[in-house]
Amino acid sequence: MKRTNRRRVLQLGAGLGSGLLGKAEEGRAPGRPLSGYGERSKYVKPVRTMRQTKTPQAGSSATPLADMYGIITPSALHYERHHAGVPDIDPERHTLLIHGLVERPLLLTMEDIRRLPSVSRIHFLECGGNSGGEWQEKTGPDAQRSYGLASCSEWTGVPLRLALREAGVKPEAKWMIAEGADACRMQRSVPLTQDLDDALLAYGQNGEPLRPEQGFPLRLLTPGWEGNVQVKWLRRLFFTAAPHYTRDETSRYSDLMPDGKARIFTLMQEAKSLVTFPSGGRRLAGAGWYEITGLAWTGRGRITRVEVTLDGGNSWQDARLDEPVLRKAFTRFRLPWRWDGKDAVIASRATDESGYVQPMREQLIAVRGRNSGSHFNGVKMWRVQADGSVTNEDA
Amino acid sequence: MKTLRTAVALGLWTAGLVAAQAPKYGVGRAVSAAEIGNYGIMVGADGKGLPEGSGTAVEGKAVYAAKCGNCHGAKGEGGIGTALVGGKGTLATAKPLKTVGSYWPYATTVWDYVHRAMPFDRAGTLKYDEVYSVVAYVLFLNGIVEEKQVMNASTLPKVRMPNRDGFVPDPRPDVGRMGKARE
Ligand code: HEC
Repeated sequence: MKRTNRRRVLQLGAGLGSGLLGKAEEGRAPGRPLSGYGERSKYVKPVRTMRQTKTPQAGSSATPLADMYGIITPSALHYERHHAGVPDIDPERHTLLIHGLVERPLLLTMEDIRRLPSVSRIHFLECGGNSGGEWQEKTGPDAQRSYGLASCSEWTGVPLRLALREAGVKPEAKWMIAEGADACRMQRSVPLTQDLDDALLAYGQNGEPLRPEQGFPLRLLTPGWEGNVQVKWLRRLFFTAAPHYTRDETSRYSDLMPDGKARIFTLMQEAKSLVTFPSGGRRLAGAGWYEITGLAWTGRGRITRVEVTLDGGNSWQDARLDEPVLRKAFTRFRLPWRWDGKDAVIASRATDESGYVQPMREQLIAVRGRNSGSHFNGVKMWRVQADGSVTNEDA
Repeated sequence: MKTLRTAVALGLWTAGLVAAQAPKYGVGRAVSAAEIGNYGIMVGADGKGLPEGSGTAVEGKAVYAAKCGNCHGAKGEGGIGTALVGGKGTLATAKPLKTVGSYWPYATTVWDYVHRAMPFDRAGTLKYDEVYSVVAYVLFLNGIVEEKQVMNASTLPKVRMPNRDGFVPDPRPDVGRMGKARE
């Protein structure tokens, strides 16, 4: 046995002694007392990562996807994307104005909104710019920094159509301008399509009121669409015949194509999946059994299939999907794997109920070029090396 | 700008809402025009909603120097904040520079955004005349309007932005096969 190993074994022994038995003469003291609002164990460290900028109020922080179990993202780790910081809003004073092309302009307090029939549903939320770096030559090094602007929560709120019925939307209305109460008064034009059937005025997240970073006390939730259009800190819905072409749907969140034209109102998030274990930055202890696992989601409804490759896309096998598979929600997939200790290139590929199959990165780049910036949903490859280290494929 | 493909489906959903026109729960309360006014103006791409007031790049230069230049650069070249000037002719190249001048389809959007969101650290403090002036100045720096051209609710919507026809509707699914969900 090498010296370092030996020391570790001795320490481990000492640790076991104190944990299980205590020093005989002192006995076991009780642990922490009760507490009002729980904290995770001090041994559990994953946090959102962010790039430092001169205006940290306009930026994003990413969910540590590789550290998540199941499909629910803890509220404290839900990704953030703000354009003018997180406002401090007193729910007692917050109101929602519904006006424009409506029969009865209406002002609703939070109390009014909570009196309306509500539902709770699990949905993913993904920034339109998630994985934006994957369009570039050098792809992201780990799950968090390449795919982490996506999270999944149980949301509670009032179906949008119930609230709108109270105001009576006129037939001429084709768009809804949603406005937030953040400093920039974020505005997005929302097309009034069938896709809004499952839209919510959401005030609950994972059993609690929304987190401030997620729009407390009220946000628009249009499941399956890019995050930015699901306006947080929602203060107004204005009905119009035409979109407003606001800054955040023209200058931002539009997709520039190689011919210099930009796609606008690319709202839906297409099927996407990611292997979260093994993924970049992890290390396998040695050959033997592991569980390959990851997440898949689609704005078109349900995920029907996730395939996994171990050889860089030459062959694929089906992974098992955790039940129940929910509409427009994270779907957890798993595949037991016996690693032979040799190089492997691992990735997942999702298919959704519309029949859409998640494309390879090269296919996306071939059609959309490298300057699209947003709406990347390509297959992400991880390279497992013989020493057990895992990197992005092109590292 | 071409009609959006989404427009095909537009209105269907509202038709459903119209069918159930009577308010069912009676929550919320009616609002007066004055109360709606307190929520702030809404500005459409066609200029609908633009308020009274006016300005030119001459006045805008001073507003910009006092309230914008520290973040966006003395000539709009960018700094803490995004570049507001330049990039014309770069959109189809490997290094596109997207700015108000090279990318934005509507001048009204600049007015609306600056009015709502700028200056970044003191949003909502600009008077309508200041917004018209500073927008005129940013357009002037981009070579889109003349220095003395008056911007107001009727002239601003007529400004033709260089990239006005640069946006197309969402054609997806454009990549990836639409196969059967299960073989
Ligand atoms: C404190 C720094 C700061 C000041 C002062 C400031 N801005 Fe900005 N500006 C920003 C930041 C940061 C953004 C990007 C915000 C975001 O990420 O959504 C921005 C964005 C913009 C944009 C959108 C750019 C684009 O291409 O999307 C415009 C236009 C703009 N500012 C104009 C102005 C004008 C006009 C003023 C003066 C009245 C001003 N700004 C003052 C920091 C500033």
